[in-house]
Amino acid sequence: MIKSIKTWILVGFASLLLVACGQGGGGAGSKKSKTLDNTKKAGFVKCGVSQGLPGFSNADASGNWSGIDVDVCRAVAAAVLGDADKVKYTPLSAKERFTALTSGEIDVLARNTTWTLSRDADIGLTFVGVNFYDGQGFMVRKNSGINSVNDFKNGISACTNTGTTTELNMRDFFNSKNISYEPIAFEKADEVVQAYDAGRCDTYTTDKSGLAAQRTKMSNPDEHKVLPETISKEPLGPVVRQGDAVWEDIVRWSLNTMIEAEEYGVNSSNASSLKDSENPAIKRLVGSEGELGAAFGLDNEWSLRIIEQVGNYGESYKKHIADTGILPNRGPNQLWTKGGILYVPPAR
Amino acid sequence: MIFKKLNIENKKARDLIPQAITILALLSVIIYFATNAQINMGNRGISFGFGFLNQEASFDITFSMIEYDGSHSYGRAFLVGLLNTILVSVIGIFFATIIGVVVGVSRLSDNYLIAKVAEWYVEIFRNIPLILQIFFWYFAALRALPLPENGISFNDISFLTIKGWYVPKFIWTNFNIFLLSVIAAFIAIYFINSYATKQREQFGKQLPVTSISLATLILIPLITFLFLGVSLTFEYPVLKQLSSTVYTYEGGVSIIPELIALALALSMYTATFIAENVRAGILGVGKGQKEAAASIGLNKNQILKLVVMPQALRIIIPPTTNQYLNLTKNSSLAAAIAYPDIVLVFAGTALMQTGRAIEIISITMLTYLTLSISISMFMNWYNKKMAIKEK
Repeated sequence: MIKSIKTWILVGFASLLLVACGQGGGGAGSKKSKTLDNTKKAGFVKCGVSQGLPGFSNADASGNWSGIDVDVCRAVAAAVLGDADKVKYTPLSAKERFTALTSGEIDVLARNTTWTLSRDADIGLTFVGVNFYDGQGFMVRKNSGINSVNDFKNGISACTNTGTTTELNMRDFFNSKNISYEPIAFEKADEVVQAYDAGRCDTYTTDKSGLAAQRTKMSNPDEHKVLPETISKEPLGPVVRQGDAVWEDIVRWSLNTMIEAEEYGVNSSNASSLKDSENPAIKRLVGSEGELGAAFGLDNEWSLRIIEQVGNYGESYKKHIADTGILPNRGPNQLWTKGGILYVPPAR
Repeated sequence: MIFKKLNIENKKARDLIPQAITILALLSVIIYFATNAQINMGNRGISFGFGFLNQEASFDITFSMIEYDGSHSYGRAFLVGLLNTILVSVIGIFFATIIGVVVGVSRLSDNYLIAKVAEWYVEIFRNIPLILQIFFWYFAALRALPLPENGISFNDISFLTIKGWYVPKFIWTNFNIFLLSVIAAFIAIYFINSYATKQREQFGKQLPVTSISLATLILIPLITFLFLGVSLTFEYPVLKQLSSTVYTYEGGVSIIPELIALALALSMYTATFIAENVRAGILGVGKGQKEAAASIGLNKNQILKLVVMPQALRIIIPPTTNQYLNLTKNSSLAAAIAYPDIVLVFAGTALMQTGRAIEIISITMLTYLTLSISISMFMNWYNKKMAIKEK
């Protein structure tokens, strides 16, 4: 009878293995989106944001999130659930963000994240687009007498965030200039600001938009300035998990809709009145022509809801970045028709 | 009884079956998680492997005890982080022990003021979360330090500033010979000690062992300086202007403020627990022991050294081992203030840049496990040495 016990154990063991395989196996290949189904079931979009970066994703005193990254998640919620407010925000450090996404804790990562080859290809992530074109810069004290990166000398200490492309760019930059430097990398942006403010380091380096936003947190913002040089390309955009093509498309086209809406002059106040527009491109945007939503398993008003509830890209930029004084000038983040590089494929 | 039904009368088999089932269940759970992770990682296009350890790390680290820059590998970065963790742990354990013993003995002092100060110290520092203490030392206490141009000068050879503590750098010639001489001195001291013990046990002679040992430790290395070409010079830190208001020090060695703050916080915090262990240990030695020792004519120092401490140590060591382990593990809070320990460098930056969460976290956990077990083993050995030897 010992034998029969052994058999039971073996059977149990084998069935456990089968369960394991069964659980992991689903999802890939099929047209259905597991993430979309789960989101509908949960009733909210699980969105990963920063721990507080004014203009991009920042919570006010009562815990309401706002910013252009937050608007991407709001757009997805408006498209999928019909209500832009149905988002659950998870603040993440630079270090935690990708693990949170690949493990399924969040479904969209909208956290000023730089699109790079290794991130896109190697660690199970897919970047769906760019919602802010940025570049890395340096902040110094105004009275330091440093007016350009050419004034940096051997022995300078530089504070930054750990786990970012900034850390790598910083090394490339100082190496190319043959300057020896002291890198000090903190986990949280607030700690970088505090250390720089206290004088622990001579310069603070991160994306220029981040510098502009963090400067507002300094004890005396007017004592600091951002140097003119940009040392890297930092295309920031939303990220999703690899392996759910439908969900990837929904997030990509939610962002594209906001940009295309601005291009065609459709905004939150005039969108519904443009249903009878002469222009078929506009009609497709507001859902009165074509069956575009069906491609992702959504209704035809998905894009109209994004524009009505969240607004177009220009409105979002103005509200969060320009009017807050972070970067009043849109620079490269202007439409291609107005001298910028925002150019999205047509929604048709 | 199920076993009766199954006709298993053999006691050995009966004992083995539940154990076998437990092990199998445990194994299946592990295999279940491993397979699940593997399949899900495969689905999401995440590869698994340790090849990344040989890739170029391409990020720099503030402070490293071995040669390192971004062109070295992730494996090397791991080593840098590990050494930094060990460094802060060793410094922390060293000072925590000294402070702990002093405070623990002070709490038993007859002097009211000393006893009360020690008591307050313990109550304050053990009741504030460690992370807050780290922030306090780093952001509050060290922030009060001056900028380099106004650095607090120690005789113009060492400067304390907000950017760190700059101390002279030792420049050795023939360091190897010097090192050998120190080792030789220790071996000599060992033989002197065993000779002294023999003399005491056989003839009741007391040799001044401490003075002789100290003299040996100084004299033998001194000979290498005088006759064997060993020499030591110092490189002093010098203030250097980088731009109109930016200064730093050149030359010398910089002890980064992150290390100072972390070591301070860890040792001040852990010392409170060690102090209580010491107090408990001393109080745990029966009063009769001291009285008996006094009655056979030992003086106060001898009573403490020969009677009280050997017995107190047996009580002190096991809980203090726990504190050493805690200190080592708590050093992982370093990441909060940018001290480049293994968690910040390897489980932080390296993890982010490679995205290999499972591999890196497993390596990091194994590393802490190894560190902790090494400390445990050493302390258990020491404990055994100190235990009562039944003859």
